[in-house]
Amino acid sequence: MLAFDIFEPYGFQFFRNGLVVATIAGALCGLLGVFVILRGMSYIGHGLSHAVFGGAAASAVMKINYFLGAGIWGIISGLLIARVARRRVIGADAAIGVVTTASFALGLALMNRYGQASKSIEAVLFGSVLGVKVVDIYAVALVALVGLAVVVLGYRKLLFSTFDRDVAQVSNVRVSLVEAVLLGMISLTILVTMRVIGTLLISALLVIPAASARMTTNSFSRLLWISPVIGAVTCFIGMNLSYHLDTSASATIILLDALVFVVVYAIAGTRNRAKMASLGHL
Amino acid sequence: MQPGLTIGYVPQVETVDWYFPVTVEEVIVMTRTNSKWWPRITPAERIEVREVLEKLGIADVANRHIRELSGGQQQRVFLARAMFRQPDILIMDEPTAGVDVRTRHEVLHLLADLHADGLTILLTTHDLNGLAAHLPRLVCFNKTVLADGTPREVLTSAVLEATYGAPMEVLEHGGMPIVIDHGRVAMRGEGK
Repeated sequence: MLAFDIFEPYGFQFFRNGLVVATIAGALCGLLGVFVILRGMSYIGHGLSHAVFGGAAASAVMKINYFLGAGIWGIISGLLIARVARRRVIGADAAIGVVTTASFALGLALMNRYGQASKSIEAVLFGSVLGVKVVDIYAVALVALVGLAVVVLGYRKLLFSTFDRDVAQVSNVRVSLVEAVLLGMISLTILVTMRVIGTLLISALLVIPAASARMTTNSFSRLLWISPVIGAVTCFIGMNLSYHLDTSASATIILLDALVFVVVYAIAGTRNRAKMASLGHL
Repeated sequence: MQPGLTIGYVPQVETVDWYFPVTVEEVIVMTRTNSKWWPRITPAERIEVREVLEKLGIADVANRHIRELSGGQQQRVFLARAMFRQPDILIMDEPTAGVDVRTRHEVLHLLADLHADGLTILLTTHDLNGLAAHLPRLVCFNKTVLADGTPREVLTSAVLEATYGAPMEVLEHGGMPIVIDHGRVAMRGEGK
């Protein structure tokens, strides 16, 4: 058996940077993921991350700053989705499907046509721990702090409008503002994490840790810390595993999250069956 | 309605997501959105929650998940949430829709008590015999106000036909009007 040095990757600056960004991203996505799954927004997260890819490609081709180009693109996509979804005959999910796949396709077409920037575009799609810059660490850390502040300061408004939108509205909660802030936070998260962990992993991180956490508790406040912990821990371990197994970081982390989900699902199922069986005796 | 009036709104139990991960206490306190920056429930709020729950006769459910409650308790939790705001007016959407007979009775008695304490209650209902006939004042709507008065004054064949667009008969039993829906009777007759 080969000598196995668990600390070997830590000798590389790129790995340390990637690990920090991925772990913070895992916690941040886990936190926002709670709202994503409870509001049935998982398709929005999935769609937005694909839409922003179009913006990333466009800004690479036009040689403008990534954050600026992809950011503006993301905002426009979000507004377009909201606009199209207002047509009741179409519905929000179809609106997301239309806008984001078109945006994604445009990104691909730009990449084909003006292919010299293709390397960084591929990094956007699959993520690249090699390409992590110090600015990425700062950006992710900043968005994570803002996200934490939003959830703490707006806790009750967020909870109220997520649980019971109509009643929150008549109880003087500005529901549309709450929703805009939440969507803005998700977009910002996608923007700052995309270059490191990639479109695919963002979609997964916004759903799987929160879904696993949901099966472990019936308390909203507990959910808000269990989910980020799962996200951060799986990202941390997944990054390490991916180095030693020589697999893609995104794929490894997603598989790890899926594994956690399966285990929790099985345990929660057994527990529920036991509960039902005990009720049967009554 | 006057601006600045505090509304306590109780939604239909059928519209609530009972699988949502919240406890009774969390449901009630979430309406107080102008709290301090740290979102934890304060001891003072906890006492207030107990008081409201006690008043509605469900003092011991504060820490339970909302799905673990009976129908009557579920309805009361949302009533408690509205009461927690110390409303000037309580607005309820179909308080007896989707609830069993026992819960309906509980709700009726509870509303009568709250009303007797001086609270204004405005509710919508399609439950003519179960709820409407017991209320002090009824207003019938169908695009416009068709009638306004006590159940005895309002629940007549003419008014109900104008309201629902279907023939209905009103009988009297023990001094209370009872509405017979002819459509339903006819259908049941055909089914036999």
